Amino acid sequence: MTGLTGTADVLIAGAGIVGAACAWELAKAHLRVAVVDQSFPASGATGAAMGHIVVMDDSEAQFALTRYSQTLWDELRDDLPANVEFDRCGTIWVATDEAELAEVRRKSAYYCERAVPTEILDSAALQNAEPSLLAPLAGGLLVPGDSVVYPAAAAAYFLERAAALGAKLHLGKRITKLGQGTTRLEDGTTLEAGKLINASGQLAAKLTPGIQVKPRKGHLVITDRYPGTVHHQLVELGYLKSAHSVATDSVAFNVQPRKTSQLLIGSSRQYGVEHDKVEPVILSRMLQRAFEYIPKLRALSAIRVWTGFRPATPDKLPLIGPCLEDPTLYLATGHEGLGITTSLATAKLMAAQILNSAPKIPMEPYLPSRQMVADVHA
Amino acid sequence: MQQTFEIVVIGGGPAGIAAAVAASQSSKRVAVLDDNPRVGGQIWRGGPGLAQPKAAARWFYQLETANVRVFNGARVIHADASARTLQAETTREIFPIGYQNLILATGARELFLPFPGWTLPNVMGAGGFQALVKSGLPIAGKRVVVAGTGPLLLAVAAYLCDHGANVARICEQASSSSLAAFALRMLAFPGKLREALSLRYKSRFAKYATQSWPVSAHGKISLESITISESGRLREIPCDYLACAFHLIPNTELPRMLGCHLNQEAFVETDELQQTLHQGIYCAGEPTGIGGVELSTIEGRIAGHAAANDKRAAAKLFPARARYRKLAAAMKQAFRLRPELATLAKPDTFLCRCEDVTLHQVRQHNSWKSAKLHTRCGMGPCQGRICGAAANFLFGWNIESARPPVFPARCESLAAISSLTSSLTTETEPPQFHGGFQ
Ligand SMILES: Cc1cc2nc3c(=O)[nH]c(=O)nc-3n(C[C@H](O)[C@H](O)[C@H](O)COP(=O)(O)OP(=O)(O)OC[C@H]3O[C@@H](n4cnc5c(N)ncnc54)[C@H](O)[C@@H]3O)c2cc1C
Ligand SMILES: Cc1cc2nc3c(=O)[nH]c(=O)nc-3n(C[C@H](O)[C@H](O)[C@H](O)COP(=O)(O)OP(=O)(O)OC[C@H]3O[C@@H](n4cnc5c(N)ncnc54)[C@H](O)[C@@H]3O)c2cc1C
Repeated sequence: MTGLTGTADVLIAGAGIVGAACAWELAKAHLRVAVVDQSFPASGATGAAMGHIVVMDDSEAQFALTRYSQTLWDELRDDLPANVEFDRCGTIWVATDEAELAEVRRKSAYYCERAVPTEILDSAALQNAEPSLLAPLAGGLLVPGDSVVYPAAAAAYFLERAAALGAKLHLGKRITKLGQGTTRLEDGTTLEAGKLINASGQLAAKLTPGIQVKPRKGHLVITDRYPGTVHHQLVELGYLKSAHSVATDSVAFNVQPRKTSQLLIGSSRQYGVEHDKVEPVILSRMLQRAFEYIPKLRALSAIRVWTGFRPATPDKLPLIGPCLEDPTLYLATGHEGLGITTSLATAKLMAAQILNSAPKIPMEPYLPSRQMVADVHA
Repeated sequence: MQQTFEIVVIGGGPAGIAAAVAASQSSKRVAVLDDNPRVGGQIWRGGPGLAQPKAAARWFYQLETANVRVFNGARVIHADASARTLQAETTREIFPIGYQNLILATGARELFLPFPGWTLPNVMGAGGFQALVKSGLPIAGKRVVVAGTGPLLLAVAAYLCDHGANVARICEQASSSSLAAFALRMLAFPGKLREALSLRYKSRFAKYATQSWPVSAHGKISLESITISESGRLREIPCDYLACAFHLIPNTELPRMLGCHLNQEAFVETDELQQTLHQGIYCAGEPTGIGGVELSTIEGRIAGHAAANDKRAAAKLFPARARYRKLAAAMKQAFRLRPELATLAKPDTFLCRCEDVTLHQVRQHNSWKSAKLHTRCGMGPCQGRICGAAANFLFGWNIESARPPVFPARCESLAAISSLTSSLTTETEPPQFHGGFQ
């Protein structure tokens, strides 16, 4: 560790997918990069996540970031090792009634205007595409460009690429203080670097007090292998029912086919829960919701249940950029439920800021200095 | 409707049966849950229907005539200590069981150690193999090698010989000097010694080799032969089956889920009444230390009496327990696994057979969690029971916390584990649903 002092241009706190993507991008730009993590790569939210690479349209800024990042994943696709399990399986947003079908049409028009291919499925087409779904349902929206990855392997791959370009990894080192060009570790060592990036996920506010990042807990269930049960990532389109939900716990139907033929069943979100225990009540609600859409899930064998914490911000947009009070400190966190998707775009924006180059998309919406307005769909 | 019992025993092996019988001597309502079709556990598997040792027949009779409700084929997949409920799954349903006092008698499973070829068909765990034979696998005339360590090798070999198998060899990894020392200690247990001699008599045509262990297994489609190391020399033995058991490791998933404390050797910690650090939760049999069937039944009886609040009856059994714990200690000493066994696997040997993960892949990591996340080791249907235990032996990695489901369970069963908890919480609002988040 001693050799590090003063030798890094950039020190990244956190080896989750965001920190890993940033490390690779900055190493590509010939910066001397150090990555520090209290545990092992992807041990945080990244290791707990579903890995849906998805274009979203809750806001224009969310669309821009997810879309940009999705194209970056597509560009990387051929280089990704097999264990990243990249699968361009597409998403189907499932509509159960007329109101949700109207949402399908709106969403389709929105994506179409922005050159994202979609296909509207009527009831029969939906059933044909996903015979396991309860029939008849109203229809759905197929977004064929969305994909699925195994997030932990992706993060490990990014770090491996970064290391091949000279980045240094310091694992099992907890940071107790980050700022003013200095990083203090639990073991008393300090590391110096020209720039610091706080990419510590849901724990980011512990290292940079005052930033608005809070943990948001989620549960997931993985089943045994059932080839051919589900073909696309299936997500409910229940926006219209979710208007007043800022504070309550919630669950949604969200099922993902893994390349291993396993199914990942989600999802739940809760604020204010700090323990990582599996909570039977929320787990049960989440599964019941999934059974409503895919009744045959009931009989499938579940191997494991786990939880994770998303780094959430009030306006559902990440914090990417300088932290004003401290000219050496940058933030790359707050990606909530989209950090796997948006990790690559985040790294590009971060590099643009650090290298003073022009970003591909406007970065103002993600700057930590912005005014945050709580999102009604939060 | 939830059924509630004053005393619930999980596990219907020797410890669980003894616990239930002892507990039922009070007037308390007692239930036993076991995930096999019949009670009996590892050693008396198959239950009262089969030819069993005398001791087993006595216990089965006592259980049948006792006022105990037995749930066969019921696997406990979740336990909630604060709500004092369990959720049990059968092939048809999931049901909650309430308890006031709980006795954990979840037993042990065999430790598998990876060596080249260990995943070939017909290389099996000794207990699992014996269970297959009990359920009808024809074995007469088949050539079998029994390998591993501990007294159970002899028990399995004798059983197989009784059923007409041609047991070619019993490979015991311990040295002859530690076996000799153990035999001396056994002199204080004439009953056990007689039993061992009788088992050896039954398997007398099989060569019993010490300082001997499997190095690799060979075969095109299934097992054809194995190479063993015997007193330093390699030897190839043709065989149809290899029954392996490198001793037993305790099933502590459920105790851990309930928050019971484990000691340094990863056994459940109990007081002299077999009570865990959790008031009202007792543990008996192999999870508190590998000790064999006698110790298991004595601990079971103590736990049963204690849970029924008959401390006097429990205390009467303390001397017997102390005696058998000495035997257990001697056994542990004699059959300690030699370090060479950690070097059998080659870089390309699978450590995790559910997910086909090699030793080389796993070795890149420095914790079980990291290895699991990045290699998928332990992510399959055995939930890491096999490879996690092997990794613990090979690398000294700690096991992780236990989460529901304790065993793989149907999704609908998992959804039902909240049935009691939810009725206790104040949350009555209808759920609100949202779309489109990850
Ligand atoms: C259940 C669930 C499902 C999800 N599904 C999806 C999905 O389908 N698609 C999608 O795009 N996103 C999904 N997400 C969101 C995604 O997981 C996160 O947005 C993303 O992983 C955040 O990455 P990160 O690198 O910022 O954080 P993390 O992965 O949490 O990494 C932060 C790292 O910082 C380290 N760290 C923290 N504090 C310190 C310290 N003081 N010193 C040293 N190191 C420290 C931690 O050890 C950790 O490794 C999901 C999240 C959850 C919980
Ligand atoms: C092949 C073999 C041969 C042996 N031979 C001998 C011998 O000759 N002499 C000797 O002294 N010892 C022998 N042993 C050891 C002996 O089997 C054990 O000492 C004894 O069975 C321990 O009893 P127990 O009740 O603690 O555990 P077990 O017999 O393991 O019983 C535990 C029971 O609990 C059930 N269970 C576990 N978890 C759950 C759950 N969540 N829900 C429902 N049910 C559950 C299990 O399926 C099992 O039926 C042998 C062991 C093996 C494997």
